[in-house]
Amino acid sequence: MIKLEGINKTYFGAQPLHVLKGIDLNVGEGELVSIMGASGSGKSTLLNILGILDNYDGGSYYLAGKLVKNLSENQAAEYRNKMIGFIFQSFNLIPFKTAVENVALPLYYQGVPRKKRNMMAMEYLDRFGLKDWAGHYPNELSGGQKQRVSIARALVTSPKIILADEPTGALDSKTSIEVMKILHEVNASGITMIIVTHERGIANLTNKIVHLKDGIIENIEENNSQIVDFEREVK
Amino acid sequence: MIDIDNINEIWQTIARNKTRSILTAFGVFWGIFILVILLSCGNGFRNGIMQQVEGFAANSSFVIPQATSEAYKGYQKGRFWKLEMSDIQAIKTQVDGVDIVSPVVSKYSYSGDDNVFYGVKGGNFSLKGILPNYNEIDRSKIVRGRFINETDIAEARKVCVIGMKVYEDLIGADKDPIGVMIKANGIYYQVVGVIKPYSDNVNISGNNNETVLLPLNTMQRAYNLGDKLDFIIFSAVKGQKISVLQNDVRTLLCELHCISPTDSEAILMIDFEQIFKVFEALFTGIAVLIWIVGIGTLMSGVVGVSNIMLVTIKERTREIGIRRALGAKPSLIIKQILEESLLLTVLAGIVGLMIGVAIMAVVANFVDISSEDAVMFVEPNISFVTAISATVIIVLSGLLAGILPAKRAIQIKAIDAIREE
Repeated sequence: MIKLEGINKTYFGAQPLHVLKGIDLNVGEGELVSIMGASGSGKSTLLNILGILDNYDGGSYYLAGKLVKNLSENQAAEYRNKMIGFIFQSFNLIPFKTAVENVALPLYYQGVPRKKRNMMAMEYLDRFGLKDWAGHYPNELSGGQKQRVSIARALVTSPKIILADEPTGALDSKTSIEVMKILHEVNASGITMIIVTHERGIANLTNKIVHLKDGIIENIEENNSQIVDFEREVK
Repeated sequence: MIDIDNINEIWQTIARNKTRSILTAFGVFWGIFILVILLSCGNGFRNGIMQQVEGFAANSSFVIPQATSEAYKGYQKGRFWKLEMSDIQAIKTQVDGVDIVSPVVSKYSYSGDDNVFYGVKGGNFSLKGILPNYNEIDRSKIVRGRFINETDIAEARKVCVIGMKVYEDLIGADKDPIGVMIKANGIYYQVVGVIKPYSDNVNISGNNNETVLLPLNTMQRAYNLGDKLDFIIFSAVKGQKISVLQNDVRTLLCELHCISPTDSEAILMIDFEQIFKVFEALFTGIAVLIWIVGIGTLMSGVVGVSNIMLVTIKERTREIGIRRALGAKPSLIIKQILEESLLLTVLAGIVGLMIGVAIMAVVANFVDISSEDAVMFVEPNISFVTAISATVIIVLSGLLAGILPAKRAIQIKAIDAIREE
């Protein structure tokens, strides 16, 4: 599903910063992968490149068999819209839109008629038990509810991959467990998922843990334990 | 294409911060409002002045015989010639584009002695012999009774129509003038009407306020004038230039009265086209000034909208970033910002337009009621065309106001939304 070959990225500022120094990574379809690393290791940059939010200087990135390189803004927007679902630490819901409107927004950019996209959005909200909260604004929702709304928003376009940037970073342990369970369910339905985290417990709940250090992959840890104990891992 | 979805999307962002939106829009509202008020007032004054002048048909000319300045066909120069009734018919039938031809005889009391009396009261007024069509060229308002009519002419009745001042000075404003007999130069005439010129400012053959108008033939007989005339007033049909007609009439009269075609002094022609042109130019100048001031005011409103929207965009970095991340194309972001600015300005502009028009309608109504002769301020409103162009200007300025913010908005990358934590 995802194939990275020698990805390089340098930020040219007052002092050029070589953030990614040749990343090679393969993620198969339906995999649940986590990327770990200390701050400054380049994990956010890698996630931005995976999400086509940022460009890279060298190497190549194939997403679902398509080379993602030097895309125009329009192409990038289209790829993001159709293939990628984002989940952010700070939810990034639009504050003046209700839950259902937030979920329906990506569909608006696809040109789906309002009735249909609201119906679809309701379906996804219902799936995450938020049907009764559809008309509420983000500031009327709890953190867990907000994250569930943003998961619904990420899924509503049926993307190929889900990129989650510290999805539990702003949540307490109880809601973190809730959210991780949901993400597991989503992954179980066949959607490839990449989670960026610095919490070992969260990483332990994934099949593959990519350790990033100073812009290179230090090692990739396979984690094939079939029993997933959320309560133990998330503290 | 009206896209409810789209409008909803824009409305949400505008309605999100009501106070700011209203304050922002106020600049545009005020600009348009002032523009409408100024233009309406300009039009009001223009109409007022034009109505003053309009009493005298703009496209008409006097023909006044003068002494000849050239010898011609055996006649010596310096000869006094007279217009005759037959000239009226000749002009009517032989000059194309003539509308009304009105003959006039007149008597002034140059000595300054009283010549018109009612009982023991007397006054010094001029006398004019005219036909009913005179009032179609040198227009007056008929205040009481009627104007001279065809029957008066047919029967050469001894009746008269008097000016307002004649009425007030001799008969007195509190008395009914209709039917009373006044004596003018020794002959009694029955008053049948009182007139008031629309304009006090434009009159050539004496102010009609201070004139006694008689049927033409009555006066010709009383003063033993035969069918001689003192002057003729003629008007051109709509769209015909009076100066062209003046040449045709001059040529015709030269031929009829044995005047040298090259004699430039024998026939005096006076028209108001030039005066009208001066007024027109004056008001065009005022209109241009109003537009400049109005557009200037509007521009500052537009700059205000643009400025606030720039600030808003800055605040909305995150929102726009999220939209980009979710797949909004740059063109869509531009469209949205432009439409926001457009909706804001158009709403404000239309409200300004409507309130301006409404206020001027009230003012116009008030002016209409409050004064019998609201001379200087008539129909202060804007034309439909002006309203349309104002609307076009509003739309353009809405787009203009949105350009800079839209440019700023597309510079926001999706990644910025995530970074800003």
